[in-house]
Amino acid sequence: MSYFSDIYNGVKTLLTGMSVTGKYFLHSRKGAITQQYPDNRDTLKMFDRFRGEVVMPHDENNEHRCTGCQKCELACPNGSIEIIWDRQVDPETGKKKKMIDQHIYHLGMCTMCGLCIEACPTDAIKWAQNFENSVYDRAYLTRVLNKPGSKLMPGVED
Amino acid sequence: MDTTPIINNFKSEEYQINMGPQHPATHGVLRLLLTIDGEIIKKVEPDLGYIHRSIEKMCERDSYQQIVHLTDRMDYLSSHINNEAVCLTVENALELEIPERVKVIRTIIAELTRIASHTLWWGVMGMDVGALTTYFYGFRDREMINDIFEETCGARLTMNYNIPGGLMFDIHPNFVKRTKEFIAHFKTKLPEYDLLLSNNIIFRKRMEGIGILTKEDAISFGASGPVGRASGYSCDVRKHHSYSAYDKVKFNEVLKTEGDTYSRYQVRVLEMWESLSIIEQLIDNIPEGDFFAKTNAVIKLPEGEYYQKVETARGELGVYIVSTGTKNPYRMKFRSPGFSNLSLLNHIAVGGKIGDLVATMATLDLVIPDIDR
Repeated sequence: MSYFSDIYNGVKTLLTGMSVTGKYFLHSRKGAITQQYPDNRDTLKMFDRFRGEVVMPHDENNEHRCTGCQKCELACPNGSIEIIWDRQVDPETGKKKKMIDQHIYHLGMCTMCGLCIEACPTDAIKWAQNFENSVYDRAYLTRVLNKPGSKLMPGVED
Repeated sequence: MDTTPIINNFKSEEYQINMGPQHPATHGVLRLLLTIDGEIIKKVEPDLGYIHRSIEKMCERDSYQQIVHLTDRMDYLSSHINNEAVCLTVENALELEIPERVKVIRTIIAELTRIASHTLWWGVMGMDVGALTTYFYGFRDREMINDIFEETCGARLTMNYNIPGGLMFDIHPNFVKRTKEFIAHFKTKLPEYDLLLSNNIIFRKRMEGIGILTKEDAISFGASGPVGRASGYSCDVRKHHSYSAYDKVKFNEVLKTEGDTYSRYQVRVLEMWESLSIIEQLIDNIPEGDFFAKTNAVIKLPEGEYYQKVETARGELGVYIVSTGTKNPYRMKFRSPGFSNLSLLNHIAVGGKIGDLVATMATLDLVIPDIDR
């Protein structure tokens, strides 16, 4: 007897489950959460805090805010940031001052922990929301963040 | 004279096969060496080490702020709770006074993490036993939580939102609104989970009565989390050793006594309801105030040994720090729930069929990077 009741229950619970899937099948347009990536590239906007890659913003005079204090380099857990610096003569005061030569960022090693940006006292680096980072050679993932010929923005002290 | 030996084709003999490290049901790189007789399992030997990254050793190199992001990579489905465990240990050692706001936000996000982990588990476990639809429904609901995390923490999985002393930044203005939307959404979807899978007679016949773990064995194997609670072992760290804001909320510890795969399934589904009720109690009562307590730029723990345990989605995670007073820990040890839960697999799977092993393993909810570290 339990054989037949099992068959009955099996069909019944199967139909109960199919009522759920059937509901979504009939109302597929209303509840659709699928994103049409990459066709929606123009409208796709990431959240402001999204951690894509570290960038160094420059203003229109090609000036950045990095003083070369190396706090980001110290904060980084896995050596993704290297700063090459030397002492150059400040044209305003005539004194020798620490200035960055290259702010090197290895995106391939970065774990997106955000400690460097937390550590930066002058807000020189920030997160960009770019996430399409695939390249053909991993050497492209090593980036120099300060643009060629860029200078320290006047008035930025750490 | 014919000297050909008589071959008995019906004699059974034991032989060994591999399950994994690339088997879809092992969820990662777990290799099981099965000794089987026909389809009956005689022995299960887990072979670990395929994803060992020496996180404990790397912790000895890093400062306490840097350690936090490594714990994201252990049990990646409850990464926020892992972060919280390390931060609580450091804060207790420093005897820091943590603002109430931090505690409440941490608790809300930890419970959201738990729901996200359980929905993923629910989808994947349905897929393991052959119900492919659950996978899509589980991920649909998890997606909303991931969006909340992405907006507030900046990442979907490895969030690294905690720092010793508080949070990295304040919650996003949309956080409360989105969380309420999620609660309203998930309350209509969670009953569908029962309709679709829990009450299905085919699923229940597959799950009931296999992989039975008694309460005594659960205690002696060190089972924790839903695996222990399904056997009647009351082991909820949130209840017994309350941390963060869990002492301010009312919730039930879900306990079952059968100890089979189906009760482990039920415990996790019921836990999602409990997590929802915890979030509901806290989401309107986030206190104002700072989102971090000030710490030194270089944290040096006083000399001594510190231990703190938390309840992740999988069970009890313990963090043990030995400090000699320098800026790095002398020794860091994680007691991960997955490792203890895996150790009892041989005990409960022997005598069953290979198909039952897949169902048993699915309800243990193993995350392999948590086991190997």
